[in-house]
Order: sequence, then C-alpha cells, then structure tokens
Amino acid sequence: MTAGTPETPAAACHDADCGLVALIRSAEVKTVEPKAVPVVPPLDQSADEWDDAPLYQARRKIYPQRVSGTYRRIKWAVLLVTLFVYYLTPFLRWDRGPNAPSQAVLIDLSNSRFYFFFIEIWPQEVYYLTGLLIIAAMTLFLMNALAGRIWCGYLCPQTVWTDLFQAIERFTEGDRRQHMQRERGGWTLERVARFGAKHFLWLMVAWWTGGAWVLYFADAPTLVHDLATLRAPFVAYLWIGILTLTTYVLAGYMREQVCLYMCPWPRIQAALTDEHALNVTYRYDRGEPRASVKKSAALLAKGLPAGDCIDCLQCVQVCPTGVDIRQGPNLGCIQCGLCIDACDAVMTKIGRSTRLIAYDTDLNIQRRKQGLAPEYRLARMRTLLYVAIIAVVGGVMAFTLITRTAQSISILHDRNPVFVRLSDGAIRNAYTVRIANKRSERREFTLSMTGLAGSLLDVVQSRDDGRFVVGVGPDQTREVRVLVTDYADRPAASTPINFHLYDVITGERASAGDYFRAPAGEAK
Amino acid sequence: MATENPHVDTTTGTATTGHEWDGIRELNTPLPRWWLWTLYLTIVWAVGYWLVYPAWPLIASFTSGALGWSSRGAVVVELNGLKTLRAPMNTKLAATALGDIKADQALADFTYAQGRAAFRENCGPCHGAGGGGAKGYPNLNDNDWLWGGTLEQIQQTIQFGIRSGHQKARESQMPAFGKDGMLKRDEIATVANYVRSIANLPTRPGADLAAGKRIFADNCAVCHGPDGKGNREQGAPNLTDEIWLFGSDEATIIETITNARSGVMPAWSGRLDPVTIKALSYYVHSLGGGEK
Repeated sequence: MTAGTPETPAAACHDADCGLVALIRSAEVKTVEPKAVPVVPPLDQSADEWDDAPLYQARRKIYPQRVSGTYRRIKWAVLLVTLFVYYLTPFLRWDRGPNAPSQAVLIDLSNSRFYFFFIEIWPQEVYYLTGLLIIAAMTLFLMNALAGRIWCGYLCPQTVWTDLFQAIERFTEGDRRQHMQRERGGWTLERVARFGAKHFLWLMVAWWTGGAWVLYFADAPTLVHDLATLRAPFVAYLWIGILTLTTYVLAGYMREQVCLYMCPWPRIQAALTDEHALNVTYRYDRGEPRASVKKSAALLAKGLPAGDCIDCLQCVQVCPTGVDIRQGPNLGCIQCGLCIDACDAVMTKIGRSTRLIAYDTDLNIQRRKQGLAPEYRLARMRTLLYVAIIAVVGGVMAFTLITRTAQSISILHDRNPVFVRLSDGAIRNAYTVRIANKRSERREFTLSMTGLAGSLLDVVQSRDDGRFVVGVGPDQTREVRVLVTDYADRPAASTPINFHLYDVITGERASAGDYFRAPAGEAK
Repeated sequence: MATENPHVDTTTGTATTGHEWDGIRELNTPLPRWWLWTLYLTIVWAVGYWLVYPAWPLIASFTSGALGWSSRGAVVVELNGLKTLRAPMNTKLAATALGDIKADQALADFTYAQGRAAFRENCGPCHGAGGGGAKGYPNLNDNDWLWGGTLEQIQQTIQFGIRSGHQKARESQMPAFGKDGMLKRDEIATVANYVRSIANLPTRPGADLAAGKRIFADNCAVCHGPDGKGNREQGAPNLTDEIWLFGSDEATIIETITNARSGVMPAWSGRLDPVTIKALSYYVHSLGGGEK
C-alpha cells in the first residue's frame, strides 16, 4: 500500500500484511478526505469505450473479521433471543378447552382462525393485522428517527441469519485471514473438509428454519411426529424445502446483496431520517487527518494536525456489508455497530479514547468543530408523533380487544325483492342474519327485533316454540332467514330497525341495525 | 482528481454513461451479476414450462405438455373434490323425507345452501336471483301460490313444470275470451270492472257491476270459483287478493281476458338430479311463503 493509491480500502487490504500490527507500524500519512470519492479511471471520449463499460459486476466477496465488544454482545443477545423465540414458540401450549387447539400460537388456515395465547382472531377481524402493520411501520420509523437502522443492524431476519451463517463460516473455514489464505491455497483435503462442514451446518440451520416455519400452521408436536414418520402432508415438506433453500441462499450467499439490491427499506429510511437521528458515524472531526501512531506523534511534535484515525482498516474488515464507514452515511451500511467495537479495540490498544466511531450525528460533528457542546434531541416532534401514533393505534386495538364480544350478528337485507307484498296487502322484508358464536361450545340464542311497532318477526329456521331460538355450533357461524311483516296502513319508505341477539343462558347480547323498506307512499 | 473528470459524477463517484440531456447525466451503475444469472434462470424455467404445460399454438390444436394439465381438467378435479366432500350430506338428504329436513339443523342448513346455489343458476333467469319474480313470472317470496305452496306441491311443480309438455306437467288453459269471440268487447270491459271490484280496487264510474257479476258467473267461475278466490287444482289465480302476476289495472285485465294467459315453466326432472330438486323445493319453501 502506498499513499494515495486510488483503490477502495477493502480491495487494498487483500494481502496478509495489512493486519492490525502491521498497520499500526505503518508510517504513512493518509490524505483521504472524510467523504472521499472513489476514483474511477478516466474514460476516453470515444464512443467505443463508453459502450465497453460493463453492465454487470461480479459480487465482491466479503470476509467479515471476528470482533468483540459492546455491540457484538448486543447482537449475540438479540440473535439468541430472536432465534429462541422463533424455533420454540410453536411448542408453547395454551389450554382452550376441548373444541379448540391447544397451541399457544397457531395459524389455522383450513379453519380460518389465528390463535395467539388468549386471543382468537376470526377472518373478519383482520383489521387487527392492519393495526399491527401500522404499529410495526411506526416502530420502524421511530427506531430510525432515534438511532438509524436498528432494525437492519440487529433485528432483521436477514441480518440475524446472515450473522449466524457468518459465525458458522468463521468456525469452519477460519477467521478472515485464515479463510482468505485457505482459498488462495487451492482445494486441499483440509479445505474440502472445512468447506463441506460449513455447508452441512448451513443446511442444518436452514432446514430447522424451514421446519420451524411450518410448525406455526399445524399442531407442532403432531406435525413433528408426522414429519419424522413421513406421514405429513406434501405441502409441509414443500414449504420446508422452499424455506431451507431461501435461508441457505439468502444467508449463505446473498447476504449484503439482499440489503443493497432487494430490500426497499434502505431507500425509505434514507428519506425518513433527519439531522438529529443518531447514526453510526465516523467522527472525522476527531479522526482526520489520518496518520499512523508514529507519524501522528511526529506530526504533533512539529505542531502539525494529526487525527486519531490510524487508518488500520479494522472498521472495514469487520463490516458484514463491506463498507467504509469513514466515507460517511452509506446505503450499504446496516448500522450494526461492529465497526464501533473494532475501532474501540484499536483505540484502547494504542491508548486513545474510544468511540472514534459512535452513534452520533453530523450536526454534532459540526458543533464540535465550532467548539460547541454536542446536543442530542431524542424527544422531538417527529419521534413524539411516532410514539403518539403507536399509542393511539395500540390503544384502539387494546380497547376493541377488551370490549370484544363472544357473539356477533350481521344483517344482509334481501335485494331481490327488496320488499314483498303479501296477498292481504301486508309488506314483508326478508333478511339473511348471520350469527357468530366465538366460544368453543355450542350456544343457543334468541332473536328479536325493535323499531317497527305492530310488525311480526319470523325466523324460518328456528324452532316453533314462540321464541325464536337459534342454535350455533362451537366456534362457528350460522345463517338464518328472518322475515319481518308490517301490517301498517301506510308504511314509510324506509324505517330503521334493530335486531337483537341474546344468549339464552348467559344473557350476553349483540345488536345490529338495518332498515325496513316499503313502497313509498302507497296505501296497502 | 475524480472531481475534475467530467465523466464521473462528483456526488456519488460513479462513472456516467457519457450521455447528457440538458445537463443531466445518466450514472452507469452496473447491476450485480447474480441478477443477470437470475434472468437466465427465468428463461430456462420458461423453456421447462413450455415442455410440461400447454404452451404453443399449432394449426388446429396446441402442444399439450408433458403433465397433460388443462384448465378444464383442473375444474373437473375440483368439482369431483366438492362432490366427494358433499357426498355424505347429499346421501343423507336423498334418504330424508322433505318434511323431515327442517328437524335436522345441519341437514337443513346444508339443503338451504344447496338450494340457493341451484336456484340462482337454474331459476334466477326467470324468477330473479332472490325469487323476486317479474311480470308473468311469479314472486316466490310472497304467500300466494298458483299451484300450491306446500313442500310436496313445490317439488311437483319443479319436477314436471307447468304446461311444459311433460306428461305429468301441471296443465290448464285459460280461454282467450276476446280473441276467440266468446265475449264481446263491452262485456270484457264490464267483467274486468267486476274483477276489480271484488279485489277492492276502484271501478270505472257507471260500470255495470251486476252485469259483470253475471258474465263472471257464466264464464270465469268455473275455474276461478264463484267468489273469484281461484282454484289451485287448475292453477287459476285468486282474483280477490293483492297479488297480480300480470297487473291489476283495467287495461291489463282486459288484455288478459281478451288473449288469455298461460305461463310456461319447464320440467326439471330430466335436467336436475332428484337431490337438487329436493334442495330447491326446500329453499323455495323457506323463502317466506311456504305452506304446511
């Protein structure tokens, strides 16, 4: 490496000498600007050369180096918790009585039910999903407004599984430099073994990932037994296969390509960020100009400026997406904070204060340059608004969940005919009434109607005992045909009426409104 | 330096294509190579698709594909699946008497749903999707029946039809009193006013209702009864109620007496299976006017 070599840092570091010690010893001054522009070889004006420019580029393979520190520990913790939750949740049990599944979290597609502990969601209650999506989006925005891409760096499944796969890769093929050396050494028997072990472990993880996925859609212990004894439905094996493949490909091979080319969130978050949002930031006010330890001592002795960055490239080598954080905010940066750990380790070793790279804002860098104290504004209009929206939507969801009834009634007025004239001149309206029983036992309901004095109610399917009793099976709905006959001399064109449902045992009720229609202004 | 190269964008450091439109230049950002391979893979996939699925048109047919799949075949498979699914209930329905269906809640709900589906497909074109009827096509929601409204009577009507040509069809013929010269024009007008009077409808001033009553007794009472309340054996409508199949105004009644009315309903016994006809009978009976 020579001063001012116009290469990207990672490419410049492919030789084995560019380790930490070698770099600390290196005595060259870097003159790269904080937001340096990678130099592209000048192109000739002639048209031929333009057309020869490549349209496609090969992926630059990234060998992220092992690192330890605060953010690495946070990432391990998040990885363990999220994977633990993902793999084990289907096995949690929840007693709902004899007519309902006993799995705590279950998406029962064939019966159109979603079970989540004490909550059972019916298809018409899919608005809870809408609420969850709004909360999820707002939480994402809030995280972004507070501290950048927390989701991308720590919580995104792509990050979590890639992290796990990279750990497996380092375990089998060795850390960054060993791995690169082995690849240069060709296919030795040892490398074949290590390579085979890596892919075996990857496929095992991928297989378990797909396996856990299907357990959310059926009774987990039963399905595990059926899968093991090859009696599970084909679709279960198919989905395990699909998810094994996607996990293997996305976490093993695609990795940062997913973030760079497939995921829309980097683009969206770039539009949502503001100057107060904390981001993983290279504090160039402190770091520049870069110089090795020796050189900076020499510069300082001469009274020349020297920054804290010794250009050891550790931040680049640990980066899972291969970016140089010192170039400023970057689309490829998932803000996992591993470069902070790497830089802190170096700073501690050479006895300088840590957090040359830290969660900070460009605004604070400018303030420090002007001799002002940095300011952190976590509570600002944007974040408060996000919190308020989350609270309102969450509150509405909680309210509807608490006040949710175990029975419901919905009315559909006949459209052909809207009303019927009977032989004695009375007007009759017919309604299709759907009664939902959300309990896991059979219940009986009575049906009544208010709002139209002197009219007669008739429930076609009900027992003929004077009261209109309709039985509805456990966790089911039932449709009955209801007739309302009005004997008034001059019925109004439209009269609002209400139907009421009562549980004959518990007295729980539900109501729904509709209209009684009649030919306008005609005598009977 | 990079910033001095006119063909490198200073903000991104990416080379441009060299094309310029009003000072705007296009960045030449290369796509990832795997993306290109994905494109090739989709092309290979498409070729595989041609081989296993129907794809290429020939002169009189098309390449049918190795799987032998067709959308028609897929429908047949789905229909057979439905038949298998419904088979236990259909067997039960076939074995249950019409009058006993209502007692079994599950069977009743199943029959009602089957009947509704069959009604919309087969009966809706004349009677309307909800059985609301139209001029000349009876409303099946009301409580007036030409040929009877019990479950069995409805079933018989659906099975054999009305004036359908089936040998068991419900048959009757109203004479065309005017066209065939059985009544004169003024006699028809007189009896039309009498018919309106027994239905409690206003009559034309000066109409001779006594003469009308005589004409009615001589010509109409045979089928419609001496009091005009109709006769279901003949399919002769009750003329005293508020339900009029063709209309109750004077001109329409005169037209009816002059030319006669004889609606036709096809026999469904050869077109629909007995279980479907049973479900239809139960459904029509449930619409609101069903009689015991």
